[in-house]
Amino acid sequence: MTISRRTMIGTAAAGVAAASLPLGRARAAGKALKIAVISDFSGPYRDIGGPTSVACVQQALADFGAKDKGYEVTVLQGDHQESPAVGTALAQRFYDQGVDLVIDVPNSAIGIAIEGVAHDKNRAYINTNSASSEITGKFCNAQTVHWTYDTYMLSHSTGGAMVKAGGKKWFFVTADYAFGHLLHEQTAAVVKQMGGTEMGNVNFPFPQTTDFSSFLIQAQSSGADVLGLASAGKDTVNLVKQAHQFGINRKMKIAGLLVFINDVHGMGLDIAQGLTLTESFYWNMNDRTRAFMARVKPRTPDNYPSMGQAGCYSGVLHFMKAVEAMNNMADVKNGAAVVAQMKKMPTDDDAYGKASIRADGRFMCNAYLFRVKTPAESKGPWDYYDLVATTPADKAFMPMAAEGCPLVKA
Amino acid sequence: MMMIFGKPAPLLFGQLLLGIINGSFYAMLSLGLAIIFGLLNVINFAHGALFMVGAFVTWGLLHYLGIGYWPALVVAPVMVGAFGLLIERTLIRFTYKLDILYGLLLTFGLALVLEGLFTNGFGSSGVSYNGPDILSGTLDLGFMYLPVYRAFVVVAAIVICFAVWFTIEKTSLGALLRAATENPALVQSFGVNVPRLISLTFAGGVALAGLAGVLAAPLYSVNPGMGTSLINTVFAVVVIGGMGSIGGAILTGFGLGIIQGFTEVFYPAASSVVVFAVMAVVLLARPAGLFGRVA
Repeated sequence: MTISRRTMIGTAAAGVAAASLPLGRARAAGKALKIAVISDFSGPYRDIGGPTSVACVQQALADFGAKDKGYEVTVLQGDHQESPAVGTALAQRFYDQGVDLVIDVPNSAIGIAIEGVAHDKNRAYINTNSASSEITGKFCNAQTVHWTYDTYMLSHSTGGAMVKAGGKKWFFVTADYAFGHLLHEQTAAVVKQMGGTEMGNVNFPFPQTTDFSSFLIQAQSSGADVLGLASAGKDTVNLVKQAHQFGINRKMKIAGLLVFINDVHGMGLDIAQGLTLTESFYWNMNDRTRAFMARVKPRTPDNYPSMGQAGCYSGVLHFMKAVEAMNNMADVKNGAAVVAQMKKMPTDDDAYGKASIRADGRFMCNAYLFRVKTPAESKGPWDYYDLVATTPADKAFMPMAAEGCPLVKA
Repeated sequence: MMMIFGKPAPLLFGQLLLGIINGSFYAMLSLGLAIIFGLLNVINFAHGALFMVGAFVTWGLLHYLGIGYWPALVVAPVMVGAFGLLIERTLIRFTYKLDILYGLLLTFGLALVLEGLFTNGFGSSGVSYNGPDILSGTLDLGFMYLPVYRAFVVVAAIVICFAVWFTIEKTSLGALLRAATENPALVQSFGVNVPRLISLTFAGGVALAGLAGVLAAPLYSVNPGMGTSLINTVFAVVVIGGMGSIGGAILTGFGLGIIQGFTEVFYPAASSVVVFAVMAVVLLARPAGLFGRVA
């Protein structure tokens, strides 16, 4: 869904009305906003972003009551096709068309590239789906909020928990690009810090690798007791599946450092059972998350939201609250001002509960460590996780002082 | 532990075996491509997508109709082959008289359409398919654990490759096929329905892709992109083997699988490009490929 005919006519009519009406009423009718979802709509990360992210954005607008409050919000979407060049061009075009907020953006390379565009155009940007902790680190800026998860949080939650549970010797299989390396380095650091050792690491070519058996055999012969997967999407699905075929799951524990519920669904519980992973949102967590799921489900019946998609809901809802609080549509065009307003207000929504945004743009939510259920334990569709541990928000993310964000130093 | 080039020997034995397993997929896929190119002169870029369709059909047979793996080994390739027949009759036959590039572009577009349709229908993480229980265990070979299913795939691939090679090179049907491509008018004058023969050849080549898809379904995540990631390598295999050479495709498929397996141990970063490096070297020395006939 991009622009429905009704919204187009509506927006046009509102514009005409605004032009012909006295100033006071024009403001009420002219609260027009544009939100662009830039995501993967056709490639490997479609299920963790894509149409479900759009559905979550629309749910946020419905829950906020945008229409009743007099806002005309247009939701646009763009497919970045896993290319930083395409993603950057899309962001530039959208912002030039007057888009007030860009959201979602899986793939760290693209997520970071768009962060620069948002800064240049001084428009708001909420990234909910890139992993790199450098978004609020060395690349941070006043226009950007990083929602949901990052590599630091994943490595500490999953890595730390596995070491505590006795998994001292690690072998990593790493996707050979910036995201994989960062996730591997940060997790290896956690493992070492907690007294464990890294027995080896192998980088596999991304995205060309389908068969991981060679890398898995190397892991098997390393003598490690934890297999750390610094990968994402279908690579992780294939890795876990093939680790099963080689019986590796019987000798080693598998730590999926970035696994979404959609990946678990893709693997099937037969294969995924027992996997340890971290997400900051799970639909079946409490009454509030279940209520959110019940509302959003008609919009996305075949794909339950993962943390990044739920982050689109949470982020847009908070953005709308900030816009409402500013009560001045001219200031909304000033990205730094909107984001500053967002940082001032605590967040509260059904998906993420009560949380806040730190000065460097880091959204501070809890990190939940889950264990994937066995097929027998699962009570219904997408009932996949058991909660093992919760890392509170202030412990889950890299301390601001260590991040090197120029925004905070200055 | 015995070491070879600084790596433990069991690891290398394991890689050799894995290389053969991957090679068997390369061989099966390049076989279909080589047949279609050798006999029809069509560069079928949709081959990877049809391999993916084969895997999805296998999953769909179980998911919607309760038809298990063993019947799927027959049913899925037949269905994919029938689909191949359909696209040959409705689309591809119009490109035979045109420059070879038209067929390439058509099939490339077809691959994108198929991939897009399956992505919209099933999402990008794909669906999961488990092989038959009887093949689910692992064999302890001393130097590694070999999944029984993978051993089965190698045996199946060797049988299939041999059967296809035998049919084309040693039977009267194969002789007819080869004659029909050399001189269609002459063969037609003997009362043979050449267009039908060509359609069936295309369908047969596509069915082979479907069959490889069935064999791959329990191994990999069944997802819309699974064909794309293989097809580049498989094209390189066909080119190295010599465009259109059946035996060349088979031998090169296995050979490159092994080379790739060792690269993954010694220098993993190069494992996705080593095939193309080999291709460059081979083409410099033998422009027609290892087993290709010089035009």
